[in-house]
Amino acid sequence: MNSDILNMLEEIKPEFDFNDSEDFVMDGLLDSFDIITLISMLEEKYGISIDGLDIVPENFSSVDSIVNLVIKSGGKAE
Amino acid sequence: MITKFRGKRITSMLGILPETVGLFDDEVSNYSFPPKQTMRLKKIMGYDRHRLAKDTSTVSDFAVYGLRYMLENNWIKKEEIGAVITVTLCPDHFVPHISNIVHDKCGLDTDVLCFDIAQGCCGFLVGLMQSFMLLEHTDKKIVLINGDVLSHKVSKQDRNDYPLIGDGATITVLENGGDDEIYYEMHTDGSRGKALIIPAGAFRMPSNQETGIMVDQGDGNLRSLDNIAMDGSEVFNFVQVEVPPMLENAFKRESLTVNDFDWFLFHQPNRFMLQKLAEKAGLPQDKLPMNLVENFGNPSGASIPMTAILNCKESLINKDNKCCLSAFGSGLAWGVMIMNIGKLDHCDLIESDL
Repeated sequence: MNSDILNMLEEIKPEFDFNDSEDFVMDGLLDSFDIITLISMLEEKYGISIDGLDIVPENFSSVDSIVNLVIKSGGKAE
Repeated sequence: MITKFRGKRITSMLGILPETVGLFDDEVSNYSFPPKQTMRLKKIMGYDRHRLAKDTSTVSDFAVYGLRYMLENNWIKKEEIGAVITVTLCPDHFVPHISNIVHDKCGLDTDVLCFDIAQGCCGFLVGLMQSFMLLEHTDKKIVLINGDVLSHKVSKQDRNDYPLIGDGATITVLENGGDDEIYYEMHTDGSRGKALIIPAGAFRMPSNQETGIMVDQGDGNLRSLDNIAMDGSEVFNFVQVEVPPMLENAFKRESLTVNDFDWFLFHQPNRFMLQKLAEKAGLPQDKLPMNLVENFGNPSGASIPMTAILNCKESLINKDNKCCLSAFGSGLAWGVMIMNIGKLDHCDLIESDL
């Protein structure tokens, strides 16, 4: 799941190296519209619905936090 | 505030649109983001086309156009009008108010009460509340105007705001009648008001050369202090946190379930926010229209009546409908109204050359 999510991030923002960031939001790699785009991709790929209350910056700060969000939302690694 | 009204009804609804259509596809190049990134938002947010007023057109122009249409087509007679209320964020002038301009241009009697209310996203609910209170004291009809031309205040290089804004107005006619009860609940949190703000242009910060300078906001969007600025994350989170429990509380108080409603007519910020709200609140999406932004854009306080006219016209004319109206946004404010709307005398959408 980690590599799939990293691929999604690189598709949304190909100009950034997400491996170099400790916090995607604080470092300016993802803005609110990028997060919305990522949510749409995650929901489609994993067949999940992410709760609106979980759409907060801290859940999108790293690949690990995004993986945790997907799992919390009922997603399973393929 | 939670309160109830009884024996008030909506009898007519008219939407007035500008004829100019802005296409999202054509505007993508205005933004400083890669077009591929921006185009992904089209489906997710519901961006497609929005109606834009001419630079010289104001809310009073739309209101006068609409009220004259209603008078000429016998939707209402001048002598039946007891009050004109305009709810807007876009006054023609600080003085006189839009309702007074409408009064003049439509030749209304001098005993007609006219006043304006400054409200944004919750403008329809606030306007209805004021109308219902006035109807406690008159047997005449209330003309409620909701309208904005916020495209005049949005930077064309601001991808956060420009694609979703739409101009236009609605006119709702209300009168005493029937015995139906109307539930009304409204909340305000002024401490979060700056999440949606036009910083300059009034008395706190008059517009000048400096307030008109376009500045990159650090996120790729360019806007000036004269432009509307929205903290999208703050507003999104506010809606998800505050609105579902308010709806749940209202349904519980009224001993209703989501299955009891014909329509959920909500303010229209964007498709994504409405979908998440519907999921969170457990609302049936086939009864909650989410298509105003993709058709006309979000016309602020006119969004609920415009959504109703666009999606439910036949239903509102032919039968009674149990409706849940909900609005949320600038203020910050959020509210809900539960009322029956139906058997309307008139309901239509017209296009103007404004």
